[in-house]
Amino acid sequence: MAQNPQLAPIRVVVAKPGLDGHDRGAKVVARALRDSGCEVIYTGLHQSPEQIIATAIQEDAQAIGLSILSGAHMSIFERILTLLKENNAQNIVIFGGGIIPEADRQALKDKGVGEIFTPGATTQEIITWLQNAVGANSK
Amino acid sequence: MVLENPGEYPYTRGINPSAGVWTMGQYGGFGTPTETNARFRMLLDQGLTGFSVALDLPTQLGLDSDDPLSLGEVGRVGVAIDSLADIEILMEGIPLEKISQVRTTANSIGYIWAAMFIALAERRGIDPNKFGMFIQNDVLKEYVARGTQIFPAEAGLKLSVDVIEYLTANIPNWVPLAMSGYHIREAGSTAVQEIAFTFANAREYLDRALLRGVSVDAVAPTLFTFLSSNIDFLPEVAKFRAARRVWAKLMREKYQTKNPASEKLRIFAFTAGSSLTAQQSMNNVVRTSIEMMAAALGGIQTMHVSAFDEALGVPTEEAATLALRTQQVVAFETGILNTADPLAGSYELERLTDSLESDIWKLLESIEKRGGALECVNNGYFVNEISENAYQLTAAIESGIKKVVGVNVFQSDSAPFKQFEINPASESDQVKALKQVKEKRDNKAVQESLINLFNVATSGENIIEATVRAVKNYATVGEIVGELRKVYGKWQPTKIF
Repeated sequence: MAQNPQLAPIRVVVAKPGLDGHDRGAKVVARALRDSGCEVIYTGLHQSPEQIIATAIQEDAQAIGLSILSGAHMSIFERILTLLKENNAQNIVIFGGGIIPEADRQALKDKGVGEIFTPGATTQEIITWLQNAVGANSK
Repeated sequence: MVLENPGEYPYTRGINPSAGVWTMGQYGGFGTPTETNARFRMLLDQGLTGFSVALDLPTQLGLDSDDPLSLGEVGRVGVAIDSLADIEILMEGIPLEKISQVRTTANSIGYIWAAMFIALAERRGIDPNKFGMFIQNDVLKEYVARGTQIFPAEAGLKLSVDVIEYLTANIPNWVPLAMSGYHIREAGSTAVQEIAFTFANAREYLDRALLRGVSVDAVAPTLFTFLSSNIDFLPEVAKFRAARRVWAKLMREKYQTKNPASEKLRIFAFTAGSSLTAQQSMNNVVRTSIEMMAAALGGIQTMHVSAFDEALGVPTEEAATLALRTQQVVAFETGILNTADPLAGSYELERLTDSLESDIWKLLESIEKRGGALECVNNGYFVNEISENAYQLTAAIESGIKKVVGVNVFQSDSAPFKQFEINPASESDQVKALKQVKEKRDNKAVQESLINLFNVATSGENIIEATVRAVKNYATVGEIVGELRKVYGKWQPTKIF
């Protein structure tokens, strides 16, 4: 799962936005990304979109992965995308996962979220997707 | 092999001499109090003997529905409760005295929930001992597994003990603490960690309650434990037996209990949400049937069966009803209730029970050496142990070592799925209702009762009576928690993974 050693490691923020306390999935993904060679910053629980964007900018992250299981994904992703625009940080790739219905998944992608991973996605799928997405975005 | 008897110490084979039907409790609640009230009436009509109130995340975290942090979360994973006015609507037309057990996910706000139902009972002129209230109130597991912590752990623990102390003295018919292993297991722990971490947490509450002068034989008989019933069939049956045996010995040997009821562990089993899959979701009906058989054979007292669509969202009414029917089929058609602990004497079951018991004791001793549960919450030991096992479980599924039908073996396309729709107007309706409550109430009385609450909290005394006073004046959940935040400060998130 190692990345190409020629390339600098991907810096990614894994975040738990909102009030949802279920972080098993977020932590498993954070660890799998770290094991694949990424530099991972995990925000911990109960983060506001403002805090997440501030962390990502401060950490010079190339991507933000959001995990939401509470059903608040539409409001939270929209707020994140707005804040990225306001901070002129649209080069940061956004992806997410959790319990997100199919219709919302498509709606979020239409708004500019890179990918939504739902139950059943493997950590390898997420790693591969992120490597491609960050690579494409930096070109 | 010499077998123990059901209903006799150490209660491995059950807390009663014979098998009996368990309380069938289904977890539910969403949207506004009015919407949830309608669903509860429907479930009661279908023959439920106990039920539960799922709370939305803002309520569980002590935020009002109009708080900026509540945006998009109001009424999502449970019902929104802002003030006593919402409890009055929630319970309208439901005779409290006819319900054996109302359960709730109030943990960090356990004291507010208790205060609201004390106030409701008083307004209805009912002795609160005439009905059953089951308050989860296990705040320590929030910091390690469930995530609705508000204050630093020491303060959270203090408030949970306030509830235990007050209810033990005044309303002994209520369950003041559900020692919760379910969420620890769902966060990825092993079965041994599930029991050991839970009992270690329970010891923190008990030890502090005893320091306040509560007698162990007054508090222990009121407790329940809330455990997962997972897909590993025989080890799960053995787990319920081992948990009872460890608890009985813990009570008798460490706490010198004299009342046999203190030694009888009452178990609320909940089928494992994390064992359900989004793929081929009808398979979940089979999984939960097997999981509930394990719980039934393990001799539990109360049970919830998860709906097959839980991996996809809030259960639909159809799926919630099927989950209840699953319980009824197993209880009334299979003859499973003819014998207490019918698997006793099976070589493998007895071996598993002994082995789990021994591992649970070892882990309990190790936690004690590390300074006890509060220390293990604060220093990250519990969290790290759970995360490590969660990662191993994911790796085992991804590598195919652990087989999951429809996920890594026998995959196929799933049929399209009907999903539960949250009423999009619920959030704005609830915010409007909150505004009306604030306009109608006596705001001077609210302020006075909040200042009183602040003073009582600052003094370190039990805050339940002060909370009841504030609640009766329609002080909101957010106002009460805001006042206490001035005293206790805020929990700081841990960033380890």
